[in-house]
Formats: sequence, C-alpha cells, structure tokens
Amino acid sequence: METFRILIVDDEDDFREAIMKRLRARKMEVAGANSGPQALEMLDEQEYDVVVLDVKMPGMDGIETLRAIKQKKPLVEVIMLTGHASVESGIQGMQLGAFDYVMKPVALDDLMDKLRQANERRQLQLEYGRQNR
Amino acid sequence: MSDDHTPANGKPTSAAHSWRRFWLVEEKYRQFWWQITLTKLLFSLIPLGLLVIVLYGHFSDAYTSKVLEALRTLATNRQGSLDLFLEERLAQLVTLANTNTLAQLSDEDYLNRVFNIVQSASRSYIDLGVIDENGNHLAYVGPYYSILKGVNYRQEPWFDAVLNSGVFVSDVFLGFRKVPHFIIAVLVREKNRSWILRATIDSNVLENIVQAAHIGKSGDAYLVNRDNLLQTKPRFGGNLLERPPGPDFSATVGLRVEEISRGQDPALFAAIQIRMKRWVLVIREDPREPLEPLLRARYLVVLLSLLGLGLIGIGSVYTTKKVLDRLILSDLEKAKSDEVLLHESKMAALGKLAAGVAHEINNPLAVISEEAGWMKDLLQEEDVAHSPHLQEFQESIKKIEYHANRVKKVTHRLLGFARRMEPTLEKVMINAVLEECVGFLENEARYRNITMEKKLADDLPTIASDPSQLQQVFLNILNNAIDAIGKDGTITLKTFHEPEGEKVVVQIADTGPGIPKDLLPKIFDPFFTTKEVGKGTGLGLSISHSIIEKLGGSMSVDSEPGHGTTFTIALPIK
Repeated sequence: METFRILIVDDEDDFREAIMKRLRARKMEVAGANSGPQALEMLDEQEYDVVVLDVKMPGMDGIETLRAIKQKKPLVEVIMLTGHASVESGIQGMQLGAFDYVMKPVALDDLMDKLRQANERRQLQLEYGRQNR
Repeated sequence: MSDDHTPANGKPTSAAHSWRRFWLVEEKYRQFWWQITLTKLLFSLIPLGLLVIVLYGHFSDAYTSKVLEALRTLATNRQGSLDLFLEERLAQLVTLANTNTLAQLSDEDYLNRVFNIVQSASRSYIDLGVIDENGNHLAYVGPYYSILKGVNYRQEPWFDAVLNSGVFVSDVFLGFRKVPHFIIAVLVREKNRSWILRATIDSNVLENIVQAAHIGKSGDAYLVNRDNLLQTKPRFGGNLLERPPGPDFSATVGLRVEEISRGQDPALFAAIQIRMKRWVLVIREDPREPLEPLLRARYLVVLLSLLGLGLIGIGSVYTTKKVLDRLILSDLEKAKSDEVLLHESKMAALGKLAAGVAHEINNPLAVISEEAGWMKDLLQEEDVAHSPHLQEFQESIKKIEYHANRVKKVTHRLLGFARRMEPTLEKVMINAVLEECVGFLENEARYRNITMEKKLADDLPTIASDPSQLQQVFLNILNNAIDAIGKDGTITLKTFHEPEGEKVVVQIADTGPGIPKDLLPKIFDPFFTTKEVGKGTGLGLSISHSIIEKLGGSMSVDSEPGHGTTFTIALPIK
C-alpha cells in the first residue's frame, strides 16, 4: 500500500503531537495544524489525502473548517474527531461531505482503519476523475 | 428520578405520611366545598323561602276572607229569613185585625174560622186571642182554651208594651203553659175603644230557620235577646232562656264577624242583629272545617318546601362535588405537567453539565491514551527491547490503557445520557437502551448483591421512539426495583415482540416485598409515594406513565405482596 499524506487538525497540542508521532511510527506522512486557518494554509501549500479534523476548536470550529476545505479541495477526505456529545455535529459533518467521524479518545487502530478507507475512496475518486478528463 | 412504589422495609408509617399530606391538600378543597355549597344553598333557599311565605300568605288571606265572606253572607241571609218570617206574621195579624171588627172577632166561632184560614197558610201559629183594653180575654182559639180563656193579661209586661207601641213582638218565654213560645200582638183602635189581637207563635219555627244557618259538623246557630238569653236552643250546650255557650253578642248592632278562640278550639263567630226585634243571630263555626283546605295547603306547602329543600340540598352537594372533582383533577394534572416540565428542564441542565464534564475529561484522556500508545510503540523499538524492565513497562502501559478505557466508557455513557435534547422519534433498539440503563446501575446492584438477569429477545424489531425518555423510564423503574429489594435479590429484564399488536413489550420484575393490593391502583397517581417525606416526590412513576403514554405505549403494574412486582411496558413499533 502506498503511503498517503495526512493532516491532523486539533488545538490540543499534546494530543496532536502524540497522534502524529504514532502515525509516523507507522510509516505515514503526517503533518499537524493547531487551527482551522492554519490547516487551510497548509492545504494551499501542499496536497494532503486525508484530513483528521477536531470538531471543537476555538475560533474557527471544525464544521466551518470542513466547509472551507470542501470548497477549496472537494476531493480531500475529512474524518471528524468529536470529543463531545455532538454525535449530531459528527452527522452534520458527514452531511457536509466528511468521510466519517470518530469519538475521542479513539483507539489508534480504529483511526488507522478509517484513514485507510478514506484514502481508498480518495484514490478511487482521483482515478475516476483522471479517466473522465 | 428516585421514586418508590413499594413500601420501604418495616416502615408502615410512611404510608400514613403520604395520606396526611394528601389530607392537608384536601383541607383546602373542603373549605372550598363549604363555601360553594353554602352560597348555593343560601341563594336558592332565600328565594324559595320568600316565595313560599308570600304565596302562602296571599293564599291564606284570600281563602280566609273568602270563608269570612261566606259566613257573612250566610248571616245576612238568615237574618233576612228571620225578618221576613216575623214581618209576614205581623203583616198577617195587622191585616186580620184591621179587616175585622171587634164584634166579629169576639165571636169565637168566627175567630175559629179565621184561625183555620191563617193556619192553612202557615203552621207556625199556636193560638189566637182577642183581648180588651183591660186585659180581659174576650175570645180565644187554640189548644189551651181551658187554661187561657179566663186569664187577665193586664199584669203581663208585654200588655203595656202593646198599648204603648201598637205593635209588639215578645221575647221567647214559657208563659202560663210552660212551653217556649213568643207572641205577636197588635193594638187596634176602633172608635173610642182599643183592643188587642194576639197570636202565639211556635218558637220551633224560629229554631228551624236559625238552625238552617249552621255549617259543618260542629257549627252552631242560635238567637239571643238583648239580655243575652237564648231564644232558640243551640245544638251544643245551653238551654232556652239561659246564657249561650259562646261570648256575649247581645249588644251587637249590624253585622260582626270575628275569630274568638277558647282554649284549644278556635271558633269563628258571626253575629247579626234582627231588624224586627232586638234579637241577635249568632252563628258559630269551627274554622278548622271551612279552613281545612287551607290547612291542607299549609301541609302541602311545608311538604313541598321540605322536598324542595332536600332537592336543592342534594343538587347543590352533587354539583359542588362535580365541580370540585373536576378542579382537583385539573389541579393534579397541572401539578403533574408542571412537575414534568420542571423535571425536563432539570434533566436538560443535568445533561448539559454531564456533557461539559465528559468533554473536559475526554480531551486530557485522549492525550493520556495517545501518550500511552506512543510509549507502547516505542517499547517495540530495538534498543528498548533489551531493557531489563521491559516487562514492567509493558504491564504499566497496559494498565494505563485499560483504565483510560474504563474512563472512556464512563464518559461515553455520560455523553449518551446527555443526549437528551428535544423529544424526537428515532430508531431505537430497546435492548440497547436497556443494556445502557443496566450499565448505569450495575455497580449499585452489585454492592447490594442484586442480580440483573436479562432475557432479551434477539428478534426484537427497532421501534420509532425517544431513547432518552425511554431510558429515563427504565432507570426509574430499575431504581425503584433496587430500592424495593434493598439487599439480595434478582431483577429480571425481559423483552419480547408481540406481532399481533405491533408492539414491543418490556417487563421488569423484582423480587422485592411487593405492593399491597389497596395501594396498587394509586401508584401512578401524582404525589403518591411510600417513601418518607422529602425522599421521594411521588412523581417518578407518574411521570414515567405519562411519558410512555405520550410515546403511544402503555404501562401497567402487577404485584403480589411477598413475591415482588412486575412492570410491563408495551411500546408501539411504528
């Protein structure tokens, strides 16, 4: 399986960094952003395959960021991370085009599975796009 | 939501508590009841009373005046008859005296012929006599010839009266013959002589005319003269020429009607003066006889009033009770819905709090588990693998992960509990909701050595309902069951599908002491509790009941004292 690029967006630095370290240990290409605007900037600079996006963040929250991402790069897959009772916001995220949502704290293996699935879908869509071009 | 339906162990007074509280609430209604009832009675009885009094008064006046009028008419009528009788006799005598000469009438044969003619017209004459101005009986016709023929009337009181006034009607007297009679005498002047024609009238005739006036069984009628001596014999008491049994009416002029009661017997008297003679006709009547219809009317009025009173009383009590029942019902319903609202807002606040707490714990928890995960990852690196404490590190991390996972379960459960926003219909797996509730209470049950036995059907369809409200109901029932058991027992949760009713049925049975039969119908009533004051609101089951009804289901209870209690909840699938 080819590696793919992951962007973790979470305002909780310790959490973000721990996840990043663990994913890197699993040979994944991971970058981190501590806010929505920063994530959008980073998306401008470089292609990412999957974004893991915390719903609850100060300033621009996960839902808003998701909207902006989907506007900018519709084919980037987003997995919502909810630390809150907001199954609703997870569902709302999926309605806005997120691939899935997971609840914090999350078992890394589950997250890995979801990341892979999200990447598969992205690759399929990219291929489909290339064929139709 | 901590409420009880079963009596707490060995606390019989707790039931009395709730009754006392109920009674205090009742006191307010009792006062209200009296106010309404008394007001109603007052406002219906006053008009009724006035109506009865006024109508009866009018009726009584009218009837009494009618009776008095009848008596008056009767008296006038009898007076007329008496006067007519006397006038006729007098006129006959005057005619006789003036159409015959003294010489003719002194002839007893002639007088006898005249007497027979007069007698043929009226049987009231007893005899006829001709008397000269010196009182000597010149001629006599009648049955007492031998006694009266030789009598001189000069000393008789009536003799002077005739000489003075020309015409005379005597009082009744016994006379020489000791037979009650009265006489009519006319003075005739012929040339220089005067003579008197005298007739004796049977006073029985008077009596007949007078007696015709009496009315009823105990009525009476008699004549008295100006000395208040009886001129006719009354039916009851009193003899001729004695004082009458009634009051003295001898001085009466014209017509008098009055009611005079002596002792127990009321009496109506009518007295009227006879024109031809200073006699007074007295008619006595027992007012009870003619007034009997009035008395009957009085009884009827009293009876009808009592009946009306009773009906009004019953009616006002009945309607007041109806009103009050409705009031109590709506008060209870209002209290219930108030409590439900309050409860819902409390739960919402609690939910928000729980969500906040869970969230605040979740974030650091996520960091902890990720860091532990990272350490685990690192332990697989070559250089650390040879560390002598590798085993210990691995154990430690495993424990951290295990307990982080425990905390995660708790926070996720809290979040599940907090997800109670608007009551919405979602697809609900009843078994999952029950499992979640059991999860909440597992620890509590374990401490009390209560086994939670689950007999959940596998083929249960998902239903459209509100999971958080259902959870609330199940938690309430389970809490009650745990409280009821106290220590050592079993709670059995059973679910099954009832295809014909399109229902899913949940049964929660405990092995507690059960509910006494007489309390069973009350347990869904608001404010009914067997817990001590302050420990239960008495609303848990009532709210549960209304929640289930709102969700279109039904909730029932079955209990046998000594064997436990079973709650059955049926929920519609659609």
